[in-house]
Amino acid sequence: MINYNKMIFELSNEGRVGYSLPRSSFNNYNIDDLNDNLKRKSELLLPEVSELDVLRHFTNISNKNFGVENGFYPLGSCTMKYNPKINEEMASNKAFRNLHPLQPISTVQGALEVYYNLQKYLSEISGLYEFSLNPFAGAHGELVGLMVIKAYHQDRGDFKRNKIIIPDSAHGTNPASTVVCGMEVIEIKSNDKGRVDLESLKAVLSDDIAGMMLTNPNTLGIFENDICEITKLVHDAGGLMYYDGANLNALLGKVRPGDMGFDVMHINLHKTFSTPHGGGGPGSGPVGVTEILSKYLPNPRVKKLDDYFYVENSGEALGQISAYFGNYLVALRAYTYIRTLGKENLKMVGRYATLNANYISKALKTAYDLPIPGYCMHEVVFNGLNNKDTDVKTLDIAKRLLDYGMHAPTIYFPLLFPQAIMIEPTETETKETIDEFINVMHKIAIEAKEHPEILKQAPTKTPIRRTDEVFAAKMMIFSYKDYLEYINNRG
Amino acid sequence: MSKLVEGLYYSKSHEWVKPLEDDVVLIGITDFAQSELGDVVFVDLPEVGNTISQEDEFGAVESVKAASDLIAPVTGEILEVNEELVGEPELLNKDPYENWLLKVKLENPDELGNLLNSEEYAEFIK
Repeated sequence: MINYNKMIFELSNEGRVGYSLPRSSFNNYNIDDLNDNLKRKSELLLPEVSELDVLRHFTNISNKNFGVENGFYPLGSCTMKYNPKINEEMASNKAFRNLHPLQPISTVQGALEVYYNLQKYLSEISGLYEFSLNPFAGAHGELVGLMVIKAYHQDRGDFKRNKIIIPDSAHGTNPASTVVCGMEVIEIKSNDKGRVDLESLKAVLSDDIAGMMLTNPNTLGIFENDICEITKLVHDAGGLMYYDGANLNALLGKVRPGDMGFDVMHINLHKTFSTPHGGGGPGSGPVGVTEILSKYLPNPRVKKLDDYFYVENSGEALGQISAYFGNYLVALRAYTYIRTLGKENLKMVGRYATLNANYISKALKTAYDLPIPGYCMHEVVFNGLNNKDTDVKTLDIAKRLLDYGMHAPTIYFPLLFPQAIMIEPTETETKETIDEFINVMHKIAIEAKEHPEILKQAPTKTPIRRTDEVFAAKMMIFSYKDYLEYINNRG
Repeated sequence: MSKLVEGLYYSKSHEWVKPLEDDVVLIGITDFAQSELGDVVFVDLPEVGNTISQEDEFGAVESVKAASDLIAPVTGEILEVNEELVGEPELLNKDPYENWLLKVKLENPDELGNLLNSEEYAEFIK
């Protein structure tokens, strides 16, 4: 069924029903009484299909997908580690799954205990005083963290501090979150070692700096050796330090952002703590802060008194930033992961992730251009092939990897190197898998020289061949309705 | 090898400036810039009547790879904007020297002295 290429709407047959609803318990309700402006004016256009139609459809399209469970998935900056099945087992447990967030507190003590304990574990792991698990994803966490920074300054009557310093190697979400939070971005250049340039930093420090956002290790997989001096410089200028936790996997159990001098951070549970990832997740981006900032964390907050867990809305600044408690079942999976590994094994995560990335770095640098020499942390960034005489670009290499049954690494990010290939193997891969990847990458380098046309045509073995990215970027069709409109307009 | 046109002025942020008459210039992006960007899918340009100032950003070019700021190589008032690029941004890939972005009246023609000539630019992108 490799050629299956339908949308579920195309299976629709008017009047076909694939569900049965329970008898309505609202006996006195008459739909005609509904206020006219609440009534739907246009057709709903939902597919009318049988249960078997639905099942086959999604099974068939899932066969076209590629996930961590299909093969190696070294997507840099995304930490595509394997999510152990025990996480799912816990999350599908009825005792958690069937809870309602408005149930009486006394009936959900166990669920709150998990939630509270995870807050505490994240504090211990990161060295920050208190966590809120409410944000729905990493970028949401960034926004909430920046709102905390803003609230802190404004609470002191300092309305001038409205600028956030961000290095040019940062994740794109950093400047985006800053702008969404109503603050201004100041970009500073990296030095030739790929690190924050201290002189450039000093040059932009002033009394209108609200803070600085930093990823450590940065997006090049390089540890910021000057981190203590950076945090001191920003603090001395009256700013706060924000830690983008996207790359926390590298440091797990080794170094703590709180100890480096960071005041606020988010953690991507779906990266570091093995919860569902991609395709919308759902993710989770807990925000941690120092003691001084803890009063600005959002509501609701889960607290503990003796052995009793309770919920309070004591946050002074932000109010609520999520529906109820955020993605509870994601937090439960992260809790399961931490408890499964335990303290000793959690400390090995960053070490193995770093070892694997350096193993790849060393094995591939004979064929691929390594712009920042020396050791990396959890990921390694190459700048295309060493052999610059071919017309083969990073995009072609990435596409060719798919033919070998491996997911492509992150490409063209970070923007510092025009042909960037960013490889993050994570700690969950065996040496055999990593060796196979290295062999394939060397094969591709040879192909680039001897048969570049193979790479230009790749992928040839996937259900969908090379996509027209220009068309996709210019013609954004996100729904069946948009698609119908496009077809009609095209005539 | 990136194409260059002699007689143009080049900035280190990969824009070119072509002097016309009466201190009026055309501004575009270089062949090197378009080839590094890859397929361009969107061009964001300022409005006629606005001013741009040397080394400040005045718009953006978005490709399938990344979005890049456009940095003004000179200071002056915008006389004309190449509207064709809005509908057909791929023209920048086809011929970056023919498809200019802005027509600008220079405020200070001496600023051209801060830019590179084609030989210096060729050396710069090597």
